Amino acid sequence: MLSLPFMQNAFLASTFIAIISGVVGVFVIARNMSFLTHTLSEIGFAGAAFGIFAGWAPLNGMLLFTMVSSVIVGQMSVKASRREASISAISSLFIGLGILFLSLANKTSSYATNILFGSIIGISRANVLQVILLSAVVLLVVLFIYRDLKFDSFDHIGARVKGLWTNVLSIVFLVLLALSVSVAAQIVGSLLIFVLLTLPAASARYFAHTVSGMMLVAIGMSLIGVWGGLYLGYITNWPVTFFIASIECLFYLSALGYNHWRQG
Amino acid sequence: MSQSPLLAVEHLAVNFPDHQVFQDLNFTLQRGRFLSIVGENGAGKTTLIRTLLHQLKPSAGAIRFFPDRKATRIGYVPQFRNLDEEYPLSIRDFISLNLSGIHLPWLSRKERAAVKEALRSTNLTALAKRPLGMASGGEKQRAYLAQALVEQPNLLILDESTASLDNMMKYELLDLVKKFNHEQNLTVIFVTHDLPLAKQYADEYLLLRRDGYELGPIAELPEDALISERGGAAAHA
Repeated sequence: MLSLPFMQNAFLASTFIAIISGVVGVFVIARNMSFLTHTLSEIGFAGAAFGIFAGWAPLNGMLLFTMVSSVIVGQMSVKASRREASISAISSLFIGLGILFLSLANKTSSYATNILFGSIIGISRANVLQVILLSAVVLLVVLFIYRDLKFDSFDHIGARVKGLWTNVLSIVFLVLLALSVSVAAQIVGSLLIFVLLTLPAASARYFAHTVSGMMLVAIGMSLIGVWGGLYLGYITNWPVTFFIASIECLFYLSALGYNHWRQG
Repeated sequence: MSQSPLLAVEHLAVNFPDHQVFQDLNFTLQRGRFLSIVGENGAGKTTLIRTLLHQLKPSAGAIRFFPDRKATRIGYVPQFRNLDEEYPLSIRDFISLNLSGIHLPWLSRKERAAVKEALRSTNLTALAKRPLGMASGGEKQRAYLAQALVEQPNLLILDESTASLDNMMKYELLDLVKKFNHEQNLTVIFVTHDLPLAKQYADEYLLLRRDGYELGPIAELPEDALISERGGAAAHA
Protein backbone atom coordinates (compact mmCIF):
# COMPACT_ATOMS: atom_id res chain seq x y z
CA MET A 1 0.00 0.00 0.00
CA LEU A 2 2.78 2.43 0.96
CA SER A 3 4.63 1.80 -2.29
CA LEU A 4 1.91 3.71 -4.15
CA PRO A 5 2.86 7.40 -4.51
CA PHE A 6 -0.68 8.65 -3.85
CA MET A 7 -0.83 6.69 -0.61
CA GLN A 8 2.58 8.04 0.43
CA ASN A 9 1.29 11.56 -0.16
CA ALA A 10 -1.89 10.83 1.74
CA PHE A 11 -0.06 9.39 4.76
CA LEU A 12 2.49 12.21 4.87
CA ALA A 13 -0.11 14.99 4.62
CA SER A 14 -2.48 13.36 7.09
CA THR A 15 0.31 12.90 9.64
CA PHE A 16 1.03 16.64 9.70
CA ILE A 17 -2.68 17.46 9.68
CA ALA A 18 -3.20 15.17 12.68
CA ILE A 19 -0.36 16.84 14.57
CA ILE A 20 -1.59 20.42 14.12
CA SER A 21 -5.19 19.35 14.76
CA GLY A 22 -4.16 17.85 18.10
CA VAL A 23 -2.16 20.91 19.12
CA VAL A 24 -4.62 23.60 17.97
CA GLY A 25 -7.66 21.52 18.99
CA VAL A 26 -6.68 21.64 22.68
CA PHE A 27 -6.93 25.45 22.56
CA VAL A 28 -10.15 25.33 20.48
CA ILE A 29 -11.81 23.29 23.23
CA ALA A 30 -10.39 25.41 26.06
CA ARG A 31 -11.58 28.62 24.36
CA ASN A 32 -15.04 27.17 23.54
CA MET A 33 -14.55 27.80 19.85
CA SER A 34 -15.89 24.56 18.35
CA PHE A 35 -18.76 26.22 16.51
CA LEU A 36 -16.59 29.09 15.36
CA THR A 37 -14.26 26.47 13.92
CA HIS A 38 -17.17 24.95 12.04
CA THR A 39 -18.12 28.37 10.65
CA LEU A 40 -14.56 28.90 9.47
CA SER A 41 -14.74 25.59 7.63
CA GLU A 42 -17.91 26.74 5.86
CA ILE A 43 -16.14 29.94 4.92
CA GLY A 44 -13.36 27.66 3.70
CA PHE A 45 -15.87 25.86 1.47
CA ALA A 46 -16.79 29.18 -0.16
CA GLY A 47 -13.09 29.99 -0.50
CA ALA A 48 -12.29 26.66 -2.14
CA ALA A 49 -15.21 27.11 -4.54
CA PHE A 50 -13.96 30.61 -5.31
CA GLY A 51 -10.49 29.14 -5.95
CA ILE A 52 -11.94 26.70 -8.49
CA PHE A 53 -13.92 29.52 -10.11
CA ALA A 54 -10.79 31.70 -10.30
CA GLY A 55 -8.61 28.84 -11.56
CA TRP A 56 -6.53 28.53 -8.34
CA ALA A 57 -5.81 25.54 -6.15
CA PRO A 58 -8.81 25.14 -3.78
CA LEU A 59 -6.47 25.31 -0.75
CA ASN A 60 -5.32 28.81 -1.76
CA GLY A 61 -8.91 30.01 -2.06
CA MET A 62 -9.63 28.51 1.35
CA LEU A 63 -6.63 30.20 2.93
CA LEU A 64 -7.63 33.56 1.47
CA PHE A 65 -11.22 33.39 2.71
CA THR A 66 -10.57 31.93 6.16
CA MET A 67 -7.62 34.19 6.99
CA VAL A 68 -9.38 37.37 5.89
CA SER A 69 -12.64 36.53 7.65
CA SER A 70 -11.35 34.86 10.83
CA VAL A 71 -10.88 38.03 12.84
CA ILE A 72 -14.21 39.53 11.71
CA VAL A 73 -16.05 36.33 12.55
CA GLY A 74 -14.26 36.14 15.92
CA GLN A 75 -15.30 39.70 16.79
CA MET A 76 -18.92 39.11 15.71
CA SER A 77 -19.22 36.11 17.99
CA VAL A 78 -17.63 37.65 21.08
CA LYS A 79 -21.00 38.38 22.71
CA ALA A 80 -22.51 35.11 23.89
CA SER A 81 -26.03 36.52 23.57
CA ARG A 82 -25.75 36.91 19.82
CA ARG A 83 -23.13 34.25 19.07
CA GLU A 84 -25.49 31.60 17.72
CA ALA A 85 -27.40 34.03 15.51
CA SER A 86 -24.16 35.58 14.16
CA ILE A 87 -22.69 32.17 13.40
CA SER A 88 -25.89 31.02 11.65
CA ALA A 89 -25.96 34.15 9.51
CA ILE A 90 -22.32 33.84 8.51
CA SER A 91 -22.57 30.10 7.79
CA SER A 92 -25.64 30.56 5.59
CA LEU A 93 -24.06 33.38 3.62
CA PHE A 94 -20.84 31.53 2.93
CA ILE A 95 -22.46 28.20 2.01
CA GLY A 96 -24.60 30.19 -0.42
CA LEU A 97 -21.51 31.87 -1.83
CA GLY A 98 -19.79 28.50 -2.21
CA ILE A 99 -22.73 27.17 -4.24
CA LEU A 100 -22.70 30.33 -6.36
CA PHE A 101 -18.97 30.08 -7.16
CA LEU A 102 -19.27 26.39 -8.07
CA SER A 103 -22.19 27.19 -10.33
CA LEU A 104 -20.31 30.06 -11.97
CA ALA A 105 -17.29 27.82 -12.46
CA ASN A 106 -19.51 25.31 -14.32
CA LYS A 107 -17.98 22.43 -12.38
CA THR A 108 -19.60 19.10 -11.73
CA SER A 109 -20.94 18.18 -8.33
CA SER A 110 -17.90 15.96 -7.69
CA TYR A 111 -15.92 19.14 -7.00
CA ALA A 112 -18.39 20.14 -4.30
CA THR A 113 -18.22 16.63 -2.86
CA ASN A 114 -14.43 16.78 -2.72
CA ILE A 115 -14.43 20.12 -0.92
CA LEU A 116 -17.20 19.23 1.49
CA PHE A 117 -16.11 15.71 2.34
CA GLY A 118 -12.38 15.69 1.63
CA SER A 119 -10.23 14.13 -1.07
CA ILE A 120 -7.04 13.01 0.61
CA ILE A 121 -6.39 10.25 -1.91
CA GLY A 122 -6.14 12.81 -4.70
CA ILE A 123 -3.59 15.03 -2.91
CA SER A 124 -0.47 15.83 -4.96
CA ARG A 125 3.17 16.07 -3.84
CA ALA A 126 3.01 19.87 -4.22
CA ASN A 127 -0.09 19.94 -1.96
CA VAL A 128 1.77 17.82 0.58
CA LEU A 129 4.65 20.30 0.69
CA GLN A 130 2.21 23.16 1.16
CA VAL A 131 0.48 21.29 4.00
CA ILE A 132 3.85 20.61 5.69
CA LEU A 133 4.92 24.24 5.33
CA LEU A 134 1.65 25.61 6.74
CA SER A 135 1.73 23.07 9.58
CA ALA A 136 5.28 24.14 10.43
CA VAL A 137 4.20 27.81 10.55
CA VAL A 138 1.30 26.96 12.90
CA LEU A 139 3.50 24.85 15.18
CA LEU A 140 6.27 27.45 15.36
CA VAL A 141 3.87 30.26 16.25
CA VAL A 142 2.16 28.12 18.90
CA LEU A 143 5.56 27.24 20.34
CA PHE A 144 6.56 30.91 20.47
CA ILE A 145 3.41 32.09 22.29
CA TYR A 146 2.77 28.80 24.11
CA ARG A 147 2.78 30.00 27.72
CA ASP A 148 0.70 33.12 27.13
CA LEU A 149 -1.77 31.27 24.90
CA LYS A 150 -2.06 28.54 27.53
CA PHE A 151 -2.75 31.08 30.29
CA ASP A 152 -5.32 33.01 28.24
CA SER A 153 -7.07 29.85 27.05
CA PHE A 154 -7.26 28.03 30.38
CA ASP A 155 -7.67 31.01 32.74
CA HIS A 156 -8.80 34.09 30.87
CA ILE A 157 -9.52 36.08 34.05
CA GLY A 158 -6.05 35.38 35.44
CA ALA A 159 -4.40 36.29 32.12
CA ARG A 160 -6.25 39.61 31.94
CA VAL A 161 -5.30 40.52 35.49
CA LYS A 162 -1.69 39.68 34.73
CA GLY A 163 -1.86 42.24 31.92
CA LEU A 164 -1.27 39.77 29.11
CA TRP A 165 -2.09 41.03 25.62
CA THR A 166 -5.25 38.91 25.51
CA ASN A 167 -6.83 40.77 22.56
CA VAL A 168 -3.74 40.28 20.42
CA LEU A 169 -3.55 36.64 21.49
CA SER A 170 -7.16 36.14 20.37
CA ILE A 171 -6.44 37.56 16.95
CA VAL A 172 -3.24 35.52 16.53
CA PHE A 173 -5.11 32.38 17.57
CA LEU A 174 -7.95 33.06 15.12
CA VAL A 175 -5.44 33.32 12.28
CA LEU A 176 -3.76 30.08 13.42
CA LEU A 177 -7.19 28.46 13.53
CA ALA A 178 -7.98 29.69 10.01
CA LEU A 179 -4.74 28.13 8.78
CA SER A 180 -5.45 24.87 10.59
CA VAL A 181 -9.00 24.67 9.26
CA SER A 182 -7.80 25.15 5.69
CA VAL A 183 -5.13 22.50 6.11
CA ALA A 184 -7.35 19.98 7.93
CA ALA A 185 -10.10 20.38 5.33
CA GLN A 186 -7.77 18.73 2.83
CA ILE A 187 -8.33 15.39 4.48
CA VAL A 188 -11.76 15.41 6.11
CA GLY A 189 -13.40 18.14 4.02
CA SER A 190 -15.11 21.31 5.14
CA LEU A 191 -18.16 19.65 6.64
CA LEU A 192 -16.24 17.39 8.98
CA ILE A 193 -13.65 19.74 10.45
CA PHE A 194 -15.07 18.85 13.86
CA VAL A 195 -13.70 15.37 13.42
CA LEU A 196 -10.07 16.44 13.68
CA LEU A 197 -10.07 19.89 15.23
CA THR A 198 -12.40 19.28 18.14
CA LEU A 199 -13.20 15.61 18.82
CA PRO A 200 -9.68 14.35 19.70
CA ALA A 201 -9.00 17.34 21.96
CA ALA A 202 -12.45 17.06 23.54
CA SER A 203 -11.70 13.39 24.30
CA ALA A 204 -8.16 14.08 25.53
CA ARG A 205 -9.33 16.32 28.40
CA TYR A 206 -10.67 13.23 30.19
CA PHE A 207 -7.38 11.34 29.98
CA ALA A 208 -4.70 13.98 30.60
CA HIS A 209 -4.53 16.89 33.02
CA THR A 210 -1.70 19.00 31.64
CA VAL A 211 -1.83 21.03 28.43
CA SER A 212 1.09 19.16 26.89
CA GLY A 213 -0.41 15.82 27.98
CA MET A 214 -3.74 16.70 26.35
CA MET A 215 -1.90 17.64 23.17
CA LEU A 216 -0.08 14.31 23.07
CA VAL A 217 -3.27 12.32 23.64
CA ALA A 218 -5.15 14.40 21.02
CA ILE A 219 -2.33 13.94 18.50
CA GLY A 220 -2.30 10.19 19.20
CA MET A 221 -6.07 9.94 18.67
CA SER A 222 -5.88 12.02 15.48
CA LEU A 223 -3.04 9.90 14.11
CA ILE A 224 -4.86 6.64 14.83
CA GLY A 225 -7.93 8.12 13.14
CA VAL A 226 -6.23 9.32 9.96
CA TRP A 227 -3.87 6.36 9.56
CA GLY A 228 -6.65 3.89 10.37
CA GLY A 229 -9.00 5.73 8.03
CA LEU A 230 -6.54 5.66 5.16
CA TYR A 231 -5.82 1.97 5.66
CA LEU A 232 -9.47 0.96 5.96
CA GLY A 233 -10.40 3.18 3.02
CA TYR A 234 -7.69 1.51 0.96
CA ILE A 235 -8.80 -2.04 1.66
CA THR A 236 -12.57 -1.44 1.48
CA ASN A 237 -12.72 1.34 -1.11
CA TRP A 238 -15.14 3.17 1.21
CA PRO A 239 -14.65 6.89 1.92
CA VAL A 240 -11.67 7.63 4.17
CA THR A 241 -13.65 10.38 5.88
CA PHE A 242 -16.27 7.90 7.04
CA PHE A 243 -13.65 5.82 8.83
CA ILE A 244 -11.89 8.81 10.40
CA ALA A 245 -15.22 10.18 11.67
CA SER A 246 -16.19 6.77 13.07
CA ILE A 247 -12.85 6.24 14.84
CA GLU A 248 -12.86 9.72 16.41
CA CYS A 249 -16.49 9.38 17.53
CA LEU A 250 -15.59 6.05 19.09
CA PHE A 251 -12.76 7.74 21.00
CA TYR A 252 -15.10 10.48 22.17
CA LEU A 253 -17.78 8.07 23.35
CA SER A 254 -15.11 5.99 25.13
CA ALA A 255 -13.82 9.15 26.82
CA LEU A 256 -17.31 10.02 28.04
CA GLY A 257 -17.76 6.46 29.27
CA TYR A 258 -14.43 6.59 31.07
CA ASN A 259 -15.34 9.88 32.72
CA HIS A 260 -18.70 8.49 33.83
CA TRP A 261 -16.98 5.46 35.33
CA ARG A 262 -14.30 7.62 37.01
CA GLN A 263 -16.88 9.84 38.68
CA GLY A 264 -18.62 6.70 39.94
CA MET B 1 7.88 45.33 59.83
CA SER B 2 9.23 47.89 57.37
CA GLN B 3 7.40 51.18 57.03
CA SER B 4 7.91 52.14 53.43
CA PRO B 5 5.00 52.82 51.10
CA LEU B 6 4.05 50.28 48.46
CA LEU B 7 1.47 52.47 46.77
CA ALA B 8 -0.17 55.85 47.11
CA VAL B 9 -3.59 56.77 45.79
CA GLU B 10 -3.68 60.49 45.12
CA HIS B 11 -6.82 62.54 44.43
CA LEU B 12 -8.27 59.58 42.55
CA ALA B 13 -11.59 59.90 40.75
CA VAL B 14 -13.26 57.47 38.39
CA ASN B 15 -16.30 58.56 36.40
CA PHE B 16 -18.54 56.49 34.20
CA PRO B 17 -20.77 58.16 31.59
CA ASP B 18 -23.84 57.88 33.85
CA HIS B 19 -22.33 58.29 37.30
CA GLN B 20 -19.30 59.10 39.41
CA VAL B 21 -17.93 56.23 41.50
CA PHE B 22 -15.62 58.13 43.81
CA GLN B 23 -13.94 61.46 43.96
CA ASP B 24 -10.73 62.76 45.52
CA LEU B 25 -9.75 59.43 47.12
CA ASN B 26 -6.43 59.56 48.98
CA PHE B 27 -4.59 56.89 50.92
CA THR B 28 -1.16 55.32 51.25
CA LEU B 29 -0.58 51.61 51.74
CA GLN B 30 2.60 50.68 53.60
CA ARG B 31 4.51 47.49 52.81
CA GLY B 32 3.51 44.52 54.91
CA ARG B 33 0.11 45.95 55.90
CA PHE B 34 -3.19 44.12 55.63
CA LEU B 35 -5.84 46.54 54.34
CA SER B 36 -9.49 45.62 54.20
CA ILE B 37 -11.66 47.49 51.72
CA VAL B 38 -15.31 47.40 52.75
CA GLY B 39 -18.40 49.07 51.38
CA GLU B 40 -21.84 48.52 49.96
CA ASN B 41 -22.35 47.17 46.45
CA GLY B 42 -21.89 50.08 44.08
CA ALA B 43 -19.63 52.03 46.46
CA GLY B 44 -16.64 51.49 44.17
CA LYS B 45 -14.69 48.54 45.60
CA THR B 46 -14.43 46.70 42.30
CA THR B 47 -13.76 49.94 40.42
CA LEU B 48 -10.89 50.74 42.77
CA ILE B 49 -9.38 47.27 42.33
CA ARG B 50 -9.73 47.44 38.55
CA THR B 51 -8.02 50.83 38.60
CA LEU B 52 -5.20 49.41 40.75
CA LEU B 53 -4.83 46.60 38.20
CA HIS B 54 -4.68 49.12 35.34
CA GLN B 55 -7.87 47.77 33.81
CA LEU B 56 -9.57 51.15 34.22
CA LYS B 57 -8.14 54.61 33.69
CA PRO B 58 -8.67 57.20 36.42
CA SER B 59 -10.73 60.24 35.40
CA ALA B 60 -8.51 62.31 37.70
CA GLY B 61 -5.64 61.75 40.10
CA ALA B 62 -3.22 58.84 40.04
CA ILE B 63 -2.03 55.67 41.70
CA ARG B 64 1.70 55.65 42.32
CA PHE B 65 3.62 52.45 43.03
CA PHE B 66 7.02 52.48 44.76
CA PRO B 67 9.60 52.25 43.32
CA ASP B 68 7.39 51.78 40.20
CA ARG B 69 4.54 49.67 38.81
CA LYS B 70 6.93 47.36 36.97
CA ALA B 71 8.68 46.39 40.19
CA THR B 72 5.34 45.72 41.90
CA ARG B 73 4.19 42.17 41.26
CA ILE B 74 0.48 41.89 41.98
CA GLY B 75 -1.18 38.58 42.81
CA TYR B 76 -4.96 38.57 42.42
CA VAL B 77 -7.49 36.09 43.81
CA PRO B 78 -11.03 36.63 42.48
CA GLN B 79 -14.29 35.40 43.97
CA PHE B 80 -15.21 33.40 40.88
CA ARG B 81 -13.53 31.94 37.88
CA ASN B 82 -15.37 30.44 34.96
CA LEU B 83 -14.16 26.90 35.61
CA ASP B 84 -16.75 24.13 35.36
CA GLU B 85 -16.56 20.66 36.86
CA GLU B 86 -14.99 19.29 33.66
CA TYR B 87 -12.14 21.81 33.79
CA PRO B 88 -9.28 19.50 32.88
CA LEU B 89 -6.04 21.03 34.21
CA SER B 90 -4.50 19.60 37.35
CA ILE B 91 -4.03 21.93 40.30
CA ARG B 92 -0.27 21.92 39.61
CA ASP B 93 -0.73 22.88 35.95
CA PHE B 94 -3.28 25.55 36.85
CA ILE B 95 -0.84 27.15 39.29
CA SER B 96 1.97 27.13 36.72
CA LEU B 97 -0.19 29.08 34.22
CA ASN B 98 0.84 32.26 36.01
CA LEU B 99 4.47 31.68 35.02
CA SER B 100 3.84 33.31 31.65
CA GLY B 101 5.46 36.02 29.55
CA ILE B 102 8.38 33.75 28.69
CA HIS B 103 8.88 32.12 25.30
CA LEU B 104 10.38 28.88 26.62
CA PRO B 105 7.50 26.35 26.44
CA TRP B 106 8.63 24.21 29.36
CA LEU B 107 9.27 25.25 32.98
CA SER B 108 12.81 25.82 34.19
CA ARG B 109 14.09 24.08 37.31
CA LYS B 110 13.62 27.31 39.29
CA GLU B 111 10.04 27.64 38.08
CA ARG B 112 9.26 24.04 38.96
CA ALA B 113 10.62 24.71 42.45
CA ALA B 114 8.38 27.81 42.73
CA VAL B 115 5.30 25.74 41.81
CA LYS B 116 6.30 23.09 44.34
CA GLU B 117 6.69 25.74 47.04
CA ALA B 118 3.33 27.35 46.17
CA LEU B 119 1.69 23.91 46.48
CA ARG B 120 3.42 23.23 49.79
CA SER B 121 2.64 26.58 51.36
CA THR B 122 -1.07 26.30 50.52
CA ASN B 123 -1.31 22.67 51.70
CA LEU B 124 -2.05 21.40 48.21
CA THR B 125 0.92 19.09 47.63
CA ALA B 126 -1.15 15.93 48.05
CA LEU B 127 -3.76 17.25 45.61
CA ALA B 128 -1.31 18.50 42.96
CA LYS B 129 -2.43 16.03 40.31
CA ARG B 130 -6.18 16.35 40.94
CA PRO B 131 -8.11 18.05 38.10
CA LEU B 132 -9.12 21.47 39.40
CA GLY B 133 -12.69 20.92 38.17
CA MET B 134 -13.04 18.07 40.64
CA ALA B 135 -11.70 20.04 43.63
CA SER B 136 -13.97 21.40 46.40
CA GLY B 137 -14.74 25.11 46.75
CA GLY B 138 -12.10 25.59 49.44
CA GLU B 139 -9.46 23.66 47.48
CA LYS B 140 -10.20 25.77 44.42
CA GLN B 141 -9.74 29.00 46.37
CA ARG B 142 -6.44 27.67 47.75
CA ALA B 143 -5.38 26.83 44.19
CA TYR B 144 -6.25 30.40 43.08
CA LEU B 145 -4.21 31.70 46.02
CA ALA B 146 -1.30 29.41 45.12
CA GLN B 147 -1.44 30.61 41.51
CA ALA B 148 -1.30 34.22 42.70
CA LEU B 149 1.61 33.42 45.04
CA VAL B 150 3.73 31.45 42.56
CA GLU B 151 5.26 34.61 41.17
CA GLN B 152 6.10 35.83 44.68
CA PRO B 153 4.03 39.00 44.54
CA ASN B 154 4.65 42.03 46.76
CA LEU B 155 0.95 42.84 46.76
CA LEU B 156 -1.86 40.29 47.07
CA ILE B 157 -5.42 41.35 46.27
CA LEU B 158 -8.25 39.15 47.55
CA ASP B 159 -11.32 40.36 45.68
CA GLU B 160 -14.24 38.98 47.72
CA SER B 161 -12.36 35.69 47.58
CA THR B 162 -14.11 34.31 50.65
CA ALA B 163 -17.67 35.24 49.63
CA SER B 164 -18.61 31.82 48.28
CA LEU B 165 -16.91 29.79 51.02
CA ASP B 166 -18.39 28.33 54.18
CA ASN B 167 -17.16 29.63 57.53
CA MET B 168 -14.48 27.05 58.14
CA MET B 169 -12.99 27.49 54.66
CA LYS B 170 -12.99 31.29 55.02
CA TYR B 171 -10.88 31.13 58.14
CA GLU B 172 -8.63 28.45 56.66
CA LEU B 173 -7.92 30.64 53.62
CA LEU B 174 -7.36 33.82 55.62
CA ASP B 175 -5.13 32.05 58.16
CA LEU B 176 -2.91 31.11 55.23
CA VAL B 177 -2.91 34.64 53.86
CA LYS B 178 -2.16 36.10 57.29
CA LYS B 179 0.78 33.71 57.58
CA PHE B 180 2.25 35.05 54.32
CA ASN B 181 1.51 38.58 55.47
CA HIS B 182 3.45 38.00 58.71
CA GLU B 183 6.27 35.76 57.58
CA GLN B 184 7.03 37.30 54.19
CA ASN B 185 5.91 40.86 54.81
CA LEU B 186 3.39 40.43 51.97
CA THR B 187 1.10 43.43 51.57
CA VAL B 188 -2.55 42.39 51.35
CA ILE B 189 -5.70 44.14 50.12
CA PHE B 190 -8.80 42.22 51.14
CA VAL B 191 -12.10 43.33 49.60
CA THR B 192 -15.05 42.04 51.61
CA HIS B 193 -18.54 42.55 52.96
CA ASP B 194 -17.70 40.44 55.99
CA LEU B 195 -16.92 42.88 58.79
CA PRO B 196 -16.07 40.30 61.51
CA LEU B 197 -13.61 38.68 59.11
CA ALA B 198 -12.07 42.04 58.25
CA LYS B 199 -11.77 42.89 61.94
CA GLN B 200 -10.08 39.61 62.73
CA TYR B 201 -7.40 39.72 60.02
CA ALA B 202 -6.82 43.27 58.77
CA ASP B 203 -4.62 45.99 60.24
CA GLU B 204 -6.54 48.89 58.74
CA TYR B 205 -9.68 49.58 56.76
CA LEU B 206 -10.90 51.70 53.90
CA LEU B 207 -14.67 52.12 54.02
CA LEU B 208 -16.07 53.29 50.71
CA ARG B 209 -19.41 55.07 50.85
CA ARG B 210 -21.49 56.47 48.04
CA ASP B 211 -20.79 59.97 49.35
CA GLY B 212 -17.19 59.61 50.50
CA TYR B 213 -14.83 57.32 52.34
CA GLU B 214 -13.29 56.60 55.74
CA LEU B 215 -9.85 55.30 56.66
CA GLY B 216 -8.44 54.05 59.89
CA PRO B 217 -7.03 51.28 62.08
CA ILE B 218 -9.25 48.20 61.89
CA ALA B 219 -10.24 48.49 65.57
CA GLU B 220 -12.05 51.71 64.67
CA LEU B 221 -14.14 50.18 61.88
CA PRO B 222 -17.74 50.97 62.90
CA GLU B 223 -19.85 47.90 63.64
CA ASP B 224 -22.66 49.39 61.58
CA ALA B 225 -20.41 50.39 58.67
CA LEU B 226 -22.57 48.58 56.13
CA ILE B 227 -25.90 49.18 57.84
CA SER B 228 -26.12 52.96 57.97
CA GLU B 229 -26.38 53.37 54.21
CA ARG B 230 -29.26 50.93 53.93
CA GLY B 231 -31.46 52.56 56.49
CA GLY B 232 -30.99 49.86 59.09
CA ALA B 233 -30.99 46.76 56.93
CA ALA B 234 -28.71 44.05 58.25
CA ALA B 235 -25.31 43.82 56.64
CA HIS B 236 -24.75 40.45 55.07
CA ALA B 237 -21.76 38.46 56.16
